[in-house]
Order: sequence, then structure tokens, then C-alpha cells
Amino acid sequence: MWRAEPNVEDLRYLATKAGLTADLCLTAYRQMSLIRFFEEAIAEKYYVGKQPDFNLAAGPIRGEMHLAVGQEATAVGVCLLLSDEDVVVSTHRPHHHAIAKGVDLNQLAAEIFGKVDGLCRGKGGHMHLFDKANNFSCSGIVGASYPQAAGAALAFKVSSKQLVAVAFSGEGAANHGTFGETLNAAALWQLPLIIVVEDNLYADSTPKWAAVGTSQQYQRALSYAVNALLVDGMDFIDVYRAAKAAVDRARHGYGPSLIEAVCYRYRGHFEGDLGEYRTQEELELWRRRDPITLLGERLKKLGWADEAALERARNEAKAEVEQAIAFAESSSLPDPNEAFAGVFR
Amino acid sequence: MRKLRGIAFGIAEAIDQEMGKNRDIVVLGEDVTYWGAVFGFTMGLHKKYGRDRVIDTPITEQTFMGMAVGAAAAGLHPVVSLMFVDFLGAGFDQMYNHMAKNHYMSGGQFAMPVTVLTAIGGGYGDAGQHSQVLYGLFSHTPGFKIVIPSTAFDAKGFTVAALRDPNPVIIFGHKLLTGLPFLPFEGDEEEVPEEPYALEFGKAAVRREGSDLTIISAGLMVHRSLKAAERLEHDGISVEVIDVRTLVPLDSQTLVESARKTGRVLIVDEDYQSFGMTGELAFRIQAEAFAALKEPIRRVAVPDVPIPFSEPLENAVIPSVERIYQEAKASVGKENKVARSA
Ligand SMILES: Cc1ncc(C[n+]2csc(CCOP(=O)(O)OP(=O)(O)O)c2C)c(N)n1
Ligand SMILES: [Mg+2]
Repeated sequence: MWRAEPNVEDLRYLATKAGLTADLCLTAYRQMSLIRFFEEAIAEKYYVGKQPDFNLAAGPIRGEMHLAVGQEATAVGVCLLLSDEDVVVSTHRPHHHAIAKGVDLNQLAAEIFGKVDGLCRGKGGHMHLFDKANNFSCSGIVGASYPQAAGAALAFKVSSKQLVAVAFSGEGAANHGTFGETLNAAALWQLPLIIVVEDNLYADSTPKWAAVGTSQQYQRALSYAVNALLVDGMDFIDVYRAAKAAVDRARHGYGPSLIEAVCYRYRGHFEGDLGEYRTQEELELWRRRDPITLLGERLKKLGWADEAALERARNEAKAEVEQAIAFAESSSLPDPNEAFAGVFR
Repeated sequence: MRKLRGIAFGIAEAIDQEMGKNRDIVVLGEDVTYWGAVFGFTMGLHKKYGRDRVIDTPITEQTFMGMAVGAAAAGLHPVVSLMFVDFLGAGFDQMYNHMAKNHYMSGGQFAMPVTVLTAIGGGYGDAGQHSQVLYGLFSHTPGFKIVIPSTAFDAKGFTVAALRDPNPVIIFGHKLLTGLPFLPFEGDEEEVPEEPYALEFGKAAVRREGSDLTIISAGLMVHRSLKAAERLEHDGISVEVIDVRTLVPLDSQTLVESARKTGRVLIVDEDYQSFGMTGELAFRIQAEAFAALKEPIRRVAVPDVPIPFSEPLENAVIPSVERIYQEAKASVGKENKVARSA
């Protein structure tokens, strides 16, 4: 809504120029649908036992729950460009990044349910997902993703591997000291690091205007001499174009970039959030720019997919999610004695 | 007298009443307006005092803790929220190298009237980075007064005392005692005076009198210890339950007297077991009551592992009524019960 909307011919030009094909776009559409259905399914299960009285400790999924419905395009637009060996470090809102990075959906779901077949055998939970196989991790501590991804980038540089590391964060996290400190280190050592700031306008209940002195976070990266791009986070093609440029640079030794993607979370900061800090009108406005609908419409306009193909993609995604939730529900809880093992190797 | 449900209401009311009288008090922290610092400690304040005195900060623990140090040195009394105690790492340098030390290092020139509010504890599935209590870490650092309220009455009275104290005071409010609707509540609704009152730091409370065993604890664990004591009473075991209320200053005398009376001590703590509250209290008690002890002092705490996510794992590490009960039984043993019934 704040970017010029290209006509079909220009869109084809932009997308093709960025290396996008009908196949890639359909894959992205399917991935974004997978994330959407997954988050919605988790939300549904999360409220089991928590109604009518909402209590964090009740039901099959306990504790806080931060979902990313509405933010699918940022995760997929970036992660489609990554290999298994590239590193992603995520945040307290990690499911969309995990899924986009290729984390096994069954193990992801089982971890969220605290089951023994979960990624971390039930020890981590929704905010602490670790997957060595896909080089994915996250943290519930805001601002923790930047230096850890920079560390991975340093390792790649030292070992002369053509790999990149991506730190995802919210715009709130970019106020944290680790943001500036990491930008400096990344510029100084020209690290193959990409910082992706998902600017969803709020950090918890705190709107950007109450917490950020500049109008956008990418401006700060520029002052550290880090390549910086501002994109429409609801627009998969826009995110992908920027991410492609950033990943290519990093992979070939041209140093770090920051991508700030303006987006919106439809659900509360966490489940149970009453949303007293924002208006229903604002939410409706953003919903009209839904990233999945937008990509679907464009694919049809471009003649890259018809409605039947989109529906097939959605149905496949839905089936995969149902399968993962069933897997998680039927997996067992860990043996209590597991709690005492594993502090040291 | 009206009743209050939980410590969050006591803390928020105390700040409100003191802010009304003292213009130097300002509230700083993440989400302290709409969300009352998430766990209710600052709820309602921004409506009354506005955003200039109740200030939402960016997510910058190091900076707003440092600003509290600077503002206190310049004459304000900042109330700072560390949303979850687990986030201390992001602001600890300003706390332990400055807030806690500047009065001492400046030869007494700079008072440091800062009140830190922080939420502690697990038991609702929030895993390793959002379930710790960590007051042992802060108590280890000279220069902080450490308050762990277990009741709304204590929460209000100690918060008023903190806001009238020229030193850094940290109030560790347990999430399961806040009384907020989205969390389990293990406290009691209780009568709390409406007018402001200050409680003295360094006075432990005997929450239940007994003669066979002394259980010493703080915060949520006081309530679990009391529940265990009730069960033990059915077994014919008489338990004294002491709430330390403040770790710094610590009321050793009340602990020692009780140990001398019962000869058996069990310390219950939700913090990590090693190098923390249990060891320190045990040291102080044995130093003065050694001759009266019938057996070595016992403890129940979080075995030295992070708090795991999954429910059965979490239940295995956070001390439960059952674990306290079993340890108390092991302490008093069979012979005591037999002797009583004989
Ligand atoms: C160091 C630290 N401080 C505070 C928090 C509490 N907290 C969790 S998420 C969050 C807001 C994060 O906002 P943003 O970075 O914009 O991410 P979003 O939730 O919008 O995705 C806060 C303050 C935390 N987890 N860690
Ligand atoms: Mg945000």
C-alpha cells in the first residue's frame, strides 16, 4: 500500500530478473500456505483446555505462544534462497522461519506439544527450537539472534565456505544493543551475514512510535556502512528480490546486508493478548494485503498458475499440517528422568 | 478491610500511593503502560500519571538499567521493570557493577534509590529462558536488598518500604502468586489495608508453628511448604514453616531459634540448588545451632539443570508439594511417628 504496484508486464520483468519462475513461485505459495495452516492449527490446539478461562498452564500446549500469521512472505522470501548448510537464527516467534528453513514439520509440532519425538525431545518448546540437520535455532531472548548469526558468518568466513548466516528479528529487537554491536562487527569483518528485521509495527504492546527514534531501522544499518534494503514484507516478490541481492553479495564475499520488511501480525503478540494497543481498522487494512492472497492473485495474473493449481497447493499443505499435528498428538511425553540428563555432553 | 487477590495488586497499589505523594518516582520498563509490565506490577499507573512518569522503554535492558542509575544519582527514584528475571543478562552490568556499587564506591556520595520489579518462577510451561527465579545471583552481589513477597500484604508493605528506601531494592514477584487471571494462582485472597504502610526488611515470618521440623522457604515455595505441612500433620508430624521474606537483609535469628527448637531443618528453594539460598541459610543455621541439630540440614531445590519445557520434565525439577512432603518424611523418619503414637 506504500509501494508502487507494478502492472503485469513490469511484475513479470521484476520477478524474472530476480530469478523467479512459475515453479519457484508455486513452491513459495505452498510454503506460505503450509506456515499459515500450521500456525492456525497450533492456535486451535493451544486453546484446548484454555476456554472459557484462559490459563497459560492449561491444555496440551502450555506456556506462551507467539504465532506469525501474516508474516509468511518474509520467512519464505528469504529462506527459499538458502541451503541446508546456511544458518538461520530466529526469535521468540520462530515457526515460520523454521518451516521455511525446512525443519521437519512432525518434529516441530511434537516439540511444541512437549513430546519425546520433538526436535529437542521436549526440553526446548516453542521458543527454543534447535535443529542441527537444518542449521536452525532460535531464542526467547530478544536481541539474541544477531550476534549468534554473526558468529556463524565468522565461522564461514574463517573456513572459506561459501555459506551465509541469517538473523531474523522483530523491529523491537533492533533497539537492543546487540543490533548496533553486530552491525559494526559485520561491517568491520565483512561477514556473510544477512539481518532480516520483520517490522510488524509493534513490540509486545509497544507501538513503534513509542520505541524507535528513527522512522525505520534500516537507516541505522546504513550508518554502520552495511548495505540496507527496505521492502514490503507482505509482498513475497519484493522480499525475494531483496533477499536474492543480499544473499548473492554475502555468498560471494561482498559482506553483510540488512533487509527491513514492513509487515503485520494478524494475531496478538502472544495468544491471550487482548490487543488494547491497536485498532480493529488497522488490522482490517493489513488483512486486505494478505501475503498469500496477494501472491496467488499475481500468479494468476502472470499466467504462472491457475486457481486449480493454487488449490492443489493449499490442499497439500493442509494435509501435511494435519499429519504433523496427528503425529505430535500421538507421540508420548518424555520420561521425567530425562530432565536430569544433558547439561553436559 | 477489603481483600486483594495476589501480589500484583499489592505492588501496583503501593506504587500508586507513593507516586501520588512523591514526584520523584518514575516508572521505566518494557510494556509498563498498557500491559502493566505484563505481570501487573505497574497496572493502571499510566492512566493516572501519564506517559511522562510511566515510561515504556525500547527493549534495552542495559540502557534503561543504566538510566535508572543515572536518574537516581540525579535525584529521582526510578521504579524499573525487568519483565522476567531471566532477562537480567541483557542489563546485568549496569545492575551489579553500578547500581549495586556506586554508593559504596563513591564513599557514600551517591545514594541509589532504585526499586526494581521483576517476575520470577515457572510451573506453567514457559521453559528455560522464562521460568527461573535467580534471586541467588542478585543476593550474591553486595549492594542489593532482596525482597521475595509471598502474600499481597507483604507485597504492598515491602514495595512501600522500597520506595522510601535510599538503596537499590529488588522485588521478586512470583508469577503464580500475582493473582492475574491468565496464570495459575497458588496464593490466597487476603485482607490488605487500604492505607499505605511500610514493612521492615530483615524480619522473617513464622507462617505456621510446629515442633518436629522447620521448613524454611520463600515466595511460592512458602505456599507449597504449608501444603506439605498440612499433609504431614495428618501423619502426626508437627512442622514449623518460616517465610524468609527478604534474603538481604536476612533474619538469621528467627531461623536459628526455630532450628534450636525443632532440631531438624529442611530448606525449600525454587532457585538452582548449588551455591545459592539453600547453602547460605544452612551455613548460617549450623554456625549457631549446630549442637541442637539432630541430623544434617536438608534441602529441596531445582537440581542443577535448566528448567525444561515439557510438563513431566518441568514437574520433575521444580519443587512440588510431594517432593517437600517426602523429604520432610525422610527427615523426621518413622521413629518419631511411632514415639508419638506410643
Ligand atoms: C531481553 C529481552 N527483553 C524482553 C523480552 C520480552 N519480549 C519478548 S518478545 C518482545 C517484543 C519483541 O518485539 P519485536 O522484536 O518487534 O518482535 P515481534 O514480537 O514483533 O515479532 C519482548 C519485549 C525478551 N524476551 N527478552
Ligand atoms: Mg515487532
